[in-house]
Amino acid sequence: MNAMNPEGYVTADGRKIGGVLMEMKNITLRFGGVKAITDISFDIREGEIRAIIGPNGAGKSSMLNVISGFYVPQEGEVWFHGKKRAPMKPYQVAQQGIARTFQNIALFEGMSVLDNIMTGRLTLMKSGLMDQAMWWGRAQREETEHREKVEKIIDFLEIQHIRKTPVGRLPYGLKKRVELARALAAEPKLLLLDEPMAGMNVEEKEDMCRFILDVNDEFGTTITLIEHDMGVVMDLSDRVVVMDYGKKIGDGPPDEVRSNPDVINAYLGVSHD
Amino acid sequence: MAATDGLNSIPALLDRNARLFGDRPAWREKEFGIWQCWTWAEGAAEIRAIALGFLALGLNRGDHVAVIGRNRPSLYWSMVAAQMCGAVPVPLYQDAVAEEMAYVLDHCGARFVVCGDQEQVDKVLEIQDRLSNVEQIIYVDKRGMRKYDHSHMNALADVEAEGKAGHYRFDAELETRIAELDYDSTCVMLYTSGTTGKPKGVVLSNRNIIETSKNSSDFDKLRPGDDVLAYLPMAWVGDFIFSVGQAMWTGFCVNCPESAATMMTDLREIGPTYFFAPPRVFEGQLTQVMIRMEDAGRLKKRMFDHYMAVARRVGPAILDGKPVSTADRLAYWIGDKLVYGPLKNTLGFSRVRVGYTAGEAIGPEIFDFYRSLGINLKQLYGQTEASVFITQQPDGQVRSDTVGVPSPGVEVRIAENGEVFYRSPGTFMSYYKNPESTASTKDAEGWVATGDAGFFEEATGHLRIIDRAKDVGKMADGSLFAPKYVENKLKFYPNILEAVVFGNGRDRCTAFINIDLTAVGNWAERNNIAYSSYQELAGHPRVYEAIKAHVEEVNRSVAEDPMLSGCQVHRFCILHKELDADDGEMTRTRKVRRNIIEQKYADLIAGLYDGADSVYTETEVTYEDGRKGAIRATVRMMDAATVAGQRRAA
Repeated sequence: MNAMNPEGYVTADGRKIGGVLMEMKNITLRFGGVKAITDISFDIREGEIRAIIGPNGAGKSSMLNVISGFYVPQEGEVWFHGKKRAPMKPYQVAQQGIARTFQNIALFEGMSVLDNIMTGRLTLMKSGLMDQAMWWGRAQREETEHREKVEKIIDFLEIQHIRKTPVGRLPYGLKKRVELARALAAEPKLLLLDEPMAGMNVEEKEDMCRFILDVNDEFGTTITLIEHDMGVVMDLSDRVVVMDYGKKIGDGPPDEVRSNPDVINAYLGVSHD
Repeated sequence: MAATDGLNSIPALLDRNARLFGDRPAWREKEFGIWQCWTWAEGAAEIRAIALGFLALGLNRGDHVAVIGRNRPSLYWSMVAAQMCGAVPVPLYQDAVAEEMAYVLDHCGARFVVCGDQEQVDKVLEIQDRLSNVEQIIYVDKRGMRKYDHSHMNALADVEAEGKAGHYRFDAELETRIAELDYDSTCVMLYTSGTTGKPKGVVLSNRNIIETSKNSSDFDKLRPGDDVLAYLPMAWVGDFIFSVGQAMWTGFCVNCPESAATMMTDLREIGPTYFFAPPRVFEGQLTQVMIRMEDAGRLKKRMFDHYMAVARRVGPAILDGKPVSTADRLAYWIGDKLVYGPLKNTLGFSRVRVGYTAGEAIGPEIFDFYRSLGINLKQLYGQTEASVFITQQPDGQVRSDTVGVPSPGVEVRIAENGEVFYRSPGTFMSYYKNPESTASTKDAEGWVATGDAGFFEEATGHLRIIDRAKDVGKMADGSLFAPKYVENKLKFYPNILEAVVFGNGRDRCTAFINIDLTAVGNWAERNNIAYSSYQELAGHPRVYEAIKAHVEEVNRSVAEDPMLSGCQVHRFCILHKELDADDGEMTRTRKVRRNIIEQKYADLIAGLYDGADSVYTETEVTYEDGRKGAIRATVRMMDAATVAGQRRAA
């Protein structure tokens, strides 16, 4: 495979990866005097599963927030769909086609699974407040359409049995799945997953891996994920960015990254003698 | 046979239903949160398209088509489509691991395998290099299948589309194949679960399935407009009879749940009128109800307790149409409005007209609970080789301890040794590629051995199954000896943990009893009886008195069956140690090993029969760490009163 080919490449298992979807150019992010990210550049290709790894405090989640547009870096440029992205208002952030899940699950605990997933489609709904309140005509038709889309996702993620269950009553692994469902409901071009496997047992991890691969395969969604489980990262991802202390120390296919001495040092430590 | 008017195959029945009930619902499946529905006409069109597609793929007469997956209309359709092509559907257990599947697929030589989803396809692919016979894999759910090598693989939807597109080429061939089907051609092949030895392929003809479906549908007055929930494994003969045979014969609707996990919700939504479940499903639901009632408010709890008491008293009688006083009827009517109705609705049983349970013994209290609510729950006795039905309970003659009268068209006889034999229109053709087993199970006149021992109650004509035939023996006077039957009755008392009954070839029965230390210990505490060990408690005179009362009660109950009255326990002793798997006295699944116990405690058995008051004995025991030790004890023998046989005048 040739990951540097601007036209894209073909993976070992025969998936076609397209051109550049998003490019980060020399990103630097500061919180006051603290440099969270220092001069990082990398790209995300269309249809790719791209992992960001690194030890705790390396700046991974900050990076994800830069990608989503939630943080605006002090230096550097973000190019999305071949255009330089200007700082955005929150509603614009939501409408650009990037969805995400959170490290600490952020669902509405008192609402049912179905309603939670429906909220994922909010930005796609067109009927106004009055229509919704009257619940007549367009609003009703629209709800039916959106419900259909949501049901397909429920079927896809095999959560039919908890459709009407309040999220607060669900075990952790299922909540993670519901969060993924909500992100998918927005029909994103780019899906950001912040530690999708954290705190899961082996079986739940296997399930989640399968769902991530299926999402990528079935919907062609580009996925960027942060994960600590190296086995998962190496199995899932096409290319890996490695960060340490806010700097990029490695970038490439999993095998290449695994044998990179800087990466080994960052993860296992170096002797200071 | 005139009774079925030339409707001598499932495809013929389908054709009739499409003409007669064209716009009535035939299959429903919950998908995307909505019950999708196909009428008989729509379903018949789908089935025909699949059959044409099968022909396009080169399905031959006599081929076997394996079907693996959860209950879905498309899989039922595939089975009927295979029949149309003159092939034989073979449904497999979807939870079987690849190895088990390999045996069956190899044995039946299936050329086509229809899989529900990727999981099943993966299993077949895993074993495919060892199976030269599998040529085509067809799958229903497209999810995750995109990257597979499709040179010998097709989505069912594509097969159907191809069938529709190519119908000019294959219509004539399909008509020929359908016309060739007759009453004696094979309808389906079902593999027995194979708890003993390798699974056997039971070949059932159209006659078997259609006659059985007709008789059993008439028996319970099933009709178009009935609803069943198809949730039990498709490989099980019961599902084939309920969801294909009877559904096709009467034209009722088969409802498939969304997934195994949503079955209870789907049950509530559909509210079937005809329902089958193994005892564990009923047990599970009852436990749920009881747990939730514990959490209910005090008023609701009291209302529930009060009206459940009313229901237990008069419910079954009302259900059976027996005379009940007006006051009781009124109380039951109020209870129905306040408790039973809402409860049945929650359970999904509001509309159940006929419910069946079978497979294992159901606890009388569970059985009575459902019947007292007004749910017509009945028992049946059957097996794959009989196309399910051997005996079943008619409405109004339902009890928890019988399995009913012979089903219509079924002859049942009890052999000398108590084994149950039957002969019926449903009796299987043969075991596939296994003439030896066929010959040893089915004799030249068509009688089939069930392997179970039982007897008919003289007063009611109901069959009662008592034990596996190989455990049943004879007393010295020639009467029946069924140890498990008596042991089960004894173990019904909480105080008795285990019981072993002796008497094979002897003139009377005796028993070893193991007390339940938790139950008896609890009783001892409440009655200020001091004890320091199991052995001491087991030998306590008051414990002996209590156990004696239990044994005598069991004797009275056993005496009510003239056939088994010889099995009354004349003398018993309470063992000085608990029977234990570590000592080889029981299996790991807690089944007593009769022979080993008989040898090990030969001195005690001798004492029971020679009239001694007590016997001194030393028993070797194995401790958990493997060391051996010995327990010394003097074990008391006690007489128990028995009832003279034939007490019940007819």
